[in-house]
Amino acid sequence: MAEQTAKRQIAVPLMSDFAARGEEPEVLFWVGCAGAFDDRYKRVTRAFVRILEHVGVKYAVLGMEETCTGDPAKRAGNEFLFQMQAMQNITTFEGYNVKKIVTACPHCFNTIKNEYPALGGNYEVIHHSTFLQQLIDGGRVKLEGGEAYKGRRITFHDSCYLGRANNIYEAPRAVLEALDADLVEMKRSKANGLCCGAGGAQMWKEPEPGKKDVNVERTEEALATLDGNAEALAHIQGKESGNEGATPAPKQNNQGSIIAVGCPFCMTMMADGVKNKERENNVQVFDLAELVASAEGLNA
Amino acid sequence: MFFVGKFAYSKITDIIRPKNLSGKKGKFVRHNEYFSVPPIPLHPVTIQNIIFLLVVLAGFGLFAWQVRKIRANISHGRDRDMSGDVGERLKKTLLVAFGQQKMFKRITPALLHLVVYVGFIVINIEVIEILIDGLFGTHRVLGFAGGFYSALTATNEVLGALVIVAVAAFWWRRNRAEPVRRFRGTEMRAWPKLDANIILYVEVVLMVALFVMNAADLKLHQVEGATLPGAFPIGSWLAGFLPDNATTLHVLERVGWWAHIVGILLFLNYLPSSKHFHIIMAFPNVYFSRLMPQGQFSNVDSITHEVKAMMDPTYQVPTPPASEGAEAAPTTFGAKDVNDLAWTNLLNAYSCTECGRCTSVCPANLTGKLLSPRKIIMDTRDRMEEKYNSPLIFDPALYGPAAKHEPQEQLDKENHTLLRGYVTPEELWACTTCNACVEACPVNINPLESIIEMRRFLVLEESAAPNSLNVMFSNIENNGAPWAFSPSDRFNWADELYVAEKA
Repeated sequence: MAEQTAKRQIAVPLMSDFAARGEEPEVLFWVGCAGAFDDRYKRVTRAFVRILEHVGVKYAVLGMEETCTGDPAKRAGNEFLFQMQAMQNITTFEGYNVKKIVTACPHCFNTIKNEYPALGGNYEVIHHSTFLQQLIDGGRVKLEGGEAYKGRRITFHDSCYLGRANNIYEAPRAVLEALDADLVEMKRSKANGLCCGAGGAQMWKEPEPGKKDVNVERTEEALATLDGNAEALAHIQGKESGNEGATPAPKQNNQGSIIAVGCPFCMTMMADGVKNKERENNVQVFDLAELVASAEGLNA
Repeated sequence: MFFVGKFAYSKITDIIRPKNLSGKKGKFVRHNEYFSVPPIPLHPVTIQNIIFLLVVLAGFGLFAWQVRKIRANISHGRDRDMSGDVGERLKKTLLVAFGQQKMFKRITPALLHLVVYVGFIVINIEVIEILIDGLFGTHRVLGFAGGFYSALTATNEVLGALVIVAVAAFWWRRNRAEPVRRFRGTEMRAWPKLDANIILYVEVVLMVALFVMNAADLKLHQVEGATLPGAFPIGSWLAGFLPDNATTLHVLERVGWWAHIVGILLFLNYLPSSKHFHIIMAFPNVYFSRLMPQGQFSNVDSITHEVKAMMDPTYQVPTPPASEGAEAAPTTFGAKDVNDLAWTNLLNAYSCTECGRCTSVCPANLTGKLLSPRKIIMDTRDRMEEKYNSPLIFDPALYGPAAKHEPQEQLDKENHTLLRGYVTPEELWACTTCNACVEACPVNINPLESIIEMRRFLVLEESAAPNSLNVMFSNIENNGAPWAFSPSDRFNWADELYVAEKA
């Protein structure tokens, strides 16, 4: 990337800017609380905006008008708070005549897509994995000119709210396949994927007493998969025999492996798990948007 | 295509009418009597037919009485509209219930289960024959079907043998020193374990009765020089071990015949007390399961009205349609007891066969937390039967150490509820709402719905959320984010953001 000196500062467009000009963007990018406040996931938000700018999509964000979708409140049983948040957001959406929403958070995605309609909010909502797949399929992103992922070992951790909740399993894999990487599947993947441990408002509380933390269990599986550690994989519980796939061969090259995620909570949990296992030196956790932006050479 | 042995034998079966033993000679003539005209008026009613009729009526009557009680239990649940989408629901029932689609995620138990399932369905065609024979004094009345009947009896015997093999495998998976992991767990107490084994033993007894009946019947015909319609690959082998005495063979055949049908009727009446009830309930349960995405949680309409009224003072809360009497009283938010759950959640509880696929994939359970989705479902059924009708002929709760429940004296029956009486908040708060249990269930049971309903009760009625979650709630209320960040910092991520310009 050394030769790429040209860079351009992005003034992220706001919905209110469009409205002031009497225009509407093609798509609203819903950033989400993690995307706006969590230091790690802010990098994903920035990567995704670079991609949006690069392909020239007419997009906008809500900026300070955004507020929590209410997902964590609803999963924790606080239906009242959820509906307050939902109504507030729906009012904002209606004010800007929003039709199409893209988000990098499966929890926001699920909530707006599936639970806002009962409260009067009907939108076309897509997760950024699907959006990125469309850009790649349409040739608008070529995954050239940046970091090469060819031959690097990557495993994708399915987010519950993308996978089982909404049956999106192929889009993130299609994005990763386009990287020409060495994609390996965990034993518990797709519909049989194991939760990172953060869903259902677990992100904001200590786990109940038990043998170990869910994210450690999941990270151990991810690491064993990336390493091709057949012995460790044989001891994994909760597999489904028709669904478990092949055991990856032992890892050959010395390039760093990657756990790919598509969810801010999974990002936190898997990164913590890698830290817990003291593998940060050779295993990194990246979001799909980060991988795409970096492969396309958009970071500046 | 007609079977000479049949008519002789239809008389032999009536042990109390020995005159029929000599009926073989007239078989061709009698054939027309029996099959060209309706057989009923021509056949004298015997004591055996009457006894059989009474046994069958008692069997089905008792079953209907039990089903009514279970139906009443389920109807204590909250209303929920599951009508419509008939085509989609039928398709799902065909795939998931009839086709066992979700079973095939685990190939070994799927194949074993398929043997027993297909055996159950095919062998039940024979039960139809037994019912007709028993009521009208015929013998192997379907025998007129020739090659088809031979195929049926042969298939039955092969399946019957396979069922015994599959049942032996099931028994081994449950009872060996280190059973399959999902058959263990706190909720698998004495009664559920005993229940699982009783089912296996009964299935073996029924298959053995079938073989005894066939083998003795075949041998009897051989001894008497007659031909028995049908093909019996295993019965003919077993016949070699039987004595040549005709009377003994009559008795054996009758014992096998009666044991098979009476066994089935007893088993039918055991079902409502057992996890084995799933063989019936799986079908309505799948039909009435949710069609929406698994990530979509139910909306609480009463709260929607409140929130709308808060945001817009002119909002008129619609009056519930024709409220009947005291029904207009405000309902609780969420679920404290079984009657706060939707009727579909209660139907779930009667469809559960305690296989533990849900628990075996639950991230909380896998990492040693108390939560077990199977326990939530089993608790729901136990609580229903404690609070309302116990449809049981015998109530496992009364059988001490083998009981489903803790001994009754430890329970305050009047005051305890599903929540806290059976399901603890610690279990509920361990759930990550990941839907793995929902995905895993072969009959589309949804433990997550019940968990969320009980969480709603804890939060909305008791304010009993863990403190850290209360902090999260107040962050959302005050900052519009679950973390304690200032809303004015929400757009800071866009500061100093650059993109590389490509040529």
